[in-house]
Amino acid sequence: MRTIYLITAFVAVLTVSLLGLRGRRFVQPPVDVFPEWAFPGMKYQPKLTQQTASPFFADGRSDRAPPPGTVPASYGPAGQALRNDGFLYAGKAPDGSWARGFPRALKVDMALLERGRDRFTIYCAPCHGALGDGNGVMRAYGMGATASYHDERLRKMAEGEIFNTITSGKGQMNPYGDKLAPADRWAVVAYVRALQRARTGVVGDVPDHHKGELEVQ
Amino acid sequence: MPALFQKSANRLPLQLILYLCVVACVATAGVTYYMTPKYTRVGYAPIQPVPYSHAKHVGELGLDCRYCHSTIDTAGAAVPTAQTCMNCHSQIRTASPALASVRASFETGRPIPWVHVHVMPSFVYFDHSVHVNRGVGCVECHGKVNEMDVVTQRKPMSMGFCLDCHRAPAERMRERKDVFNLDSPTIAEAKGILVAREFIREWKISPPQSCSGCHR
Ligand code: HEC
Ligand code: HEC
Ligand code: HEC
Ligand code: HEC
Ligand code: HEC
Ligand code: HEC
Repeated sequence: MRTIYLITAFVAVLTVSLLGLRGRRFVQPPVDVFPEWAFPGMKYQPKLTQQTASPFFADGRSDRAPPPGTVPASYGPAGQALRNDGFLYAGKAPDGSWARGFPRALKVDMALLERGRDRFTIYCAPCHGALGDGNGVMRAYGMGATASYHDERLRKMAEGEIFNTITSGKGQMNPYGDKLAPADRWAVVAYVRALQRARTGVVGDVPDHHKGELEVQ
Repeated sequence: MPALFQKSANRLPLQLILYLCVVACVATAGVTYYMTPKYTRVGYAPIQPVPYSHAKHVGELGLDCRYCHSTIDTAGAAVPTAQTCMNCHSQIRTASPALASVRASFETGRPIPWVHVHVMPSFVYFDHSVHVNRGVGCVECHGKVNEMDVVTQRKPMSMGFCLDCHRAPAERMRERKDVFNLDSPTIAEAKGILVAREFIREWKISPPQSCSGCHR
């Protein structure tokens, strides 16, 4: 009897030393305790979800790009059915020049600016810096070409052109239109304007009830 | 004729039953330890086609999760496009061999074959936006990604894991602004459990516990 217990203990010790403890790192796909071939179920259904591969299409992707010329339905801040508002979606005035000001469909208020700050901090600050002066964290790693918002040309630039820079990129900067919906792009433009305004601010701009918070430097 | 069974054989049935009990205990312990997701999944760190490191890009550069996983708070998690990488790598480390397949993907449009780390069975409905927008931080389900060179599964992602939180979310909620900051404390840690309970009440947070909530 004692031998049997010893063998059992030996098998247990062997198992533990072979299989290790919980939480060890491994690179092979996890083992299915109830594999599909032995216990057919609904675990891996042959449906296509986002970013899965599909041999059915020539490019091997399940995500399909919309055919050229497709217009998304009900997309936009005011739920417009069609993207026919050139100002809102392309930053263009009716005569084809870059539009100035902000589209009618958006209300420029504190909420829009807060949204703009949020999006700017995520998508623009790594390169352009929190102040918009081009001194983001990436400068130290060798991105020297990043523009500062505080030069005369960009200060005078029409809002529509900044919008278009975000949508389709410019020079060395890649487009951000895939990450920011049109309304968010306008929010970022509004925040860029706020940054530019703040750079030229003088003491006289500070409301009286906030003057006490200023520190002399 | 000597006795066919020795006297000690009287104890044999008892000993056998005892032994079977011991074996049953050992086997149960083995199965619960080795055949549950805590063992089979936690620690999975597949070899990725590009040696991309979250520790470098998030921990060191301070990028926000949404810079790359930009659909996380609206449509669900997605791995970033090659263009997202090229935003910076068109100017930084442009000749690095580690980035060769990123450049190739950007030029040809063929996706980089990233390996899925966390996988839900198809019969489970899971959506990131409802968690992220209500104050469940990435770290609750993915661990400290900002310190990982290779993304490693840290939580079992079993039904019990989901339900543990759905039954008692108060202790694990974060402020909205802290959701993407993996080093931030939960509300309960920062301000005490009473404030966290108040948050649950105020935001009317009631995660589903019925089967049809997740198996729809
Ligand atoms: C990966 C780094 C990077 C990020 C992120 C980035 N930019 Fe840029 N940006 C640049 C560089 C580099 C230039 C200079 C482009 C050039 O002149 O070739 C630039 C130029 C600009 C310009 C000036 C364009 C002109 O007409 O000269 C604007 C406006 C601008 N960026 C806005 C933004 C906004 C808004 C965001 C956030 C949505 C953003 N950028 C995010 C790198 C970046
Ligand atoms: C510079 C871009 C970038 C940033 C910023 C980034 N990620 Fe990722 N993430 C990736 C890429 C690329 C992958 C796929 C490759 C991999 O798994 O390593 C990935 C994969 C992941 C995965 C594993 C997905 C799976 O297959 O299950 C998780 C979880 C994740 N990221 C979480 C985060 C969190 C949390 C943050 C913010 C702290 C973050 N990521 C920030 C690029 C990024
Ligand atoms: C915001 C800018 C930025 C983005 C976006 C970005 N990276 Fe990087 N990446 C860097 C910086 C900065 C370094 C570090 C360079 C250094 O250490 O000198 C780096 C380093 C790397 C390295 C190491 C290169 C080497 O030669 O050792 C790899 C691999 C890498 N990144 C992959 C990626 C992938 C894949 C993506 C897209 C998901 C991505 N990066 C997106 C800025 C970025
Ligand atoms: C409630 C738990 C939970 C939270 C919180 C959570 N995730 Fe996930 N994440 C999951 C699960 C489960 C999966 C696997 C989903 C699937 O297979 O459909 C996943 C998958 C992913 C993926 C891979 C998606 C893919 O298609 O490959 C990424 C990237 C990711 N998460 C990033 C994040 C980021 C960034 C955050 C924080 C904003 C986050 N997650 C928060 C549970 C969570
Ligand atoms: C750390 C806490 C936490 C974890 C872990 C967690 N959840 Fe949740 N879950 C929540 C909260 C909070 C909500 C939102 C409840 C609300 O808004 O009322 C939620 C909501 C949901 C919903 C309802 C979504 C809807 O649209 O109605 C589903 C489904 C869900 N979770 C599935 C899962 C699954 C599957 C897992 C395991 C991978 C999981 N959750 C893990 C906290 C968590
Ligand atoms: C919080 C979300 C959630 C709720 C609520 C939930 N489940 Fe699940 N369930 C899961 C997840 C996630 C898995 C996958 C676990 C895994 O892959 O390890 C799962 C797996 C299962 C499985 C295992 C299927 C298999 O083949 O492995 C069964 C059976 C199941 N659930 C039944 C139920 C029943 C019955 C209820 C209601 C009492 C329920 N579930 C409620 C999330 C949930």
